[in-house]
Amino acid sequence: MERIPILKMGKFLLVTIQVDMHDRLVMTLQDDLTHKISATGARGVLIDISALEIVDSFIGRMIANIAGMSRVLDAKTVVTGMQPAVAITLVELGLALDGVQTALNVDRGIMLLEKLIELEEGGADLESEHDHDSEH
Amino acid sequence: MITILNTDIKPIQSQADIVYVRQAVRDWALKLQFGIVDQTKIITAASELARNAFEYGKGGTMKMESLQDGFKKGLRLTFDDKGPGIENMDLALTDGYTTGGGLGMGLTGARRLVNEFDIKSAPGQGTTVTITKWK
Repeated sequence: MERIPILKMGKFLLVTIQVDMHDRLVMTLQDDLTHKISATGARGVLIDISALEIVDSFIGRMIANIAGMSRVLDAKTVVTGMQPAVAITLVELGLALDGVQTALNVDRGIMLLEKLIELEEGGADLESEHDHDSEH
Repeated sequence: MITILNTDIKPIQSQADIVYVRQAVRDWALKLQFGIVDQTKIITAASELARNAFEYGKGGTMKMESLQDGFKKGLRLTFDDKGPGIENMDLALTDGYTTGGGLGMGLTGARRLVNEFDIKSAPGQGTTVTITKWK
């Protein structure tokens, strides 16, 4: 069966979508990614869509679903490389992709993921320090 | 006066056909020298309507027509299915309303992406959606 490959790089999972996906392929990617996040304990997911010529409501929903599912599985999602014409169309279509972080390219996407995770870990440290203080 | 330059009909009977519909619309939009934003809009609208015809209309066809109106060129797409039809058109044309598992953005979203939009449907009579994008 046709599949979109998912690469593991350190604590991140990388997906680059290079083909015009039919709907079942989109669903398979969503399932595969969710399983892979859980299996690898990945902290971040980067989806590069720079080769995608359109994002319709179905693919848009998939992207929002992946972001939601990875959030529940304690991972951050960043979508990178959206073409300007795709962004214009998506907003006019009525999909603002609320709750989905985006970056201009893969480099910036990786930096954003690292920052998001650092922030969270920093925040967790502060919290545990605070707990420690309150014991005194 | 509008002249029809070219006509073609594509089947919409499978998920793969939705992909072929997108590719055919891209080819025609390129031939008509649509800009990248207009190209993206008409392909996206076609993708939404082809999926509707397949998912709700149990399959159908897309008729493609390239148009000339004076100096203006355009692309007209007609999606035809023999499905159950639409009972409440006002609801169907409301953002976020869906009888399936989707977002309910397909029909209303497609309408926003084109210059002309027309829909004809009645219960038991199938649905015909016609969209036109002018260059």
